[in-house]
Amino acid sequence: MECKLKMENDILTAELDGEIDHHCAKSIREQIDLEIEIQNPKTLILDFSDITFMDSSGIGLIMGRYKKIKQTGGKVKIKNPSPNTYRVLKLAGMDRLAKIEREEF
Amino acid sequence: MKVKNQLKMQLQAKSANESFARASIGAFVAQLDPTIEEISDIKTAVSEAVTNCIIHAYKNFSGEIYITVKIFENNKVKIVIRDKGCGIDDVNKAMQPLYTTGGEERAGLGFAVMQSFCDKIRVISKIGKGTTVTLFKEIKSK
Repeated sequence: MECKLKMENDILTAELDGEIDHHCAKSIREQIDLEIEIQNPKTLILDFSDITFMDSSGIGLIMGRYKKIKQTGGKVKIKNPSPNTYRVLKLAGMDRLAKIEREEF
Repeated sequence: MKVKNQLKMQLQAKSANESFARASIGAFVAQLDPTIEEISDIKTAVSEAVTNCIIHAYKNFSGEIYITVKIFENNKVKIVIRDKGCGIDDVNKAMQPLYTTGGEERAGLGFAVMQSFCDKIRVISKIGKGTTVTLFKEIKSK
């Protein structure tokens, strides 16, 4: 599991790679939270283009970051989830909290 | 219905084993030639059940997770995930979407995901004895 963080024009992008489960969620959470605290971004983009698997631990991860960034008026976007990850996101109603940008399949 | 193939495994309840559990069960079920979506459904449901054992059942002590996968002749798969952990006080409550005792970072959606991605699930639990989650999924022939 890899998490690359980029800050540009008030937008923090987290490029995630691999599988999101309970085992790796903590490390991703800590990396993103630290960067949010330092950079204070207006938007957090979670780039899921290279995520091959996600269970409900990923939902907890998104919800936690959503709550954190909302405190300073920021928002969360989710980019390119796979069809299977998108089903988990929809089941959890994540489309109501965050904008989900998908490529055409 | 006759059992065509069977897998049994026992894992330590460690989070590092979550990916191994779902990947190996996914690989075992692959002999039925499932779609990518069916494999993903199974891996996701297994990941939820195994994670529950680690986060909840064995929260206060270490233990083992016992998994049996049976493939039947009619392409139905039955996955039994059992722990000898603390047990669930109120199974119906635990299965309600968004209910969690796992703290801020848990969505409370484990059972909802299992129910949504399997044909049927069954949960039997006894306080102090442990929990058995059974996942049923039919692999439709392509």
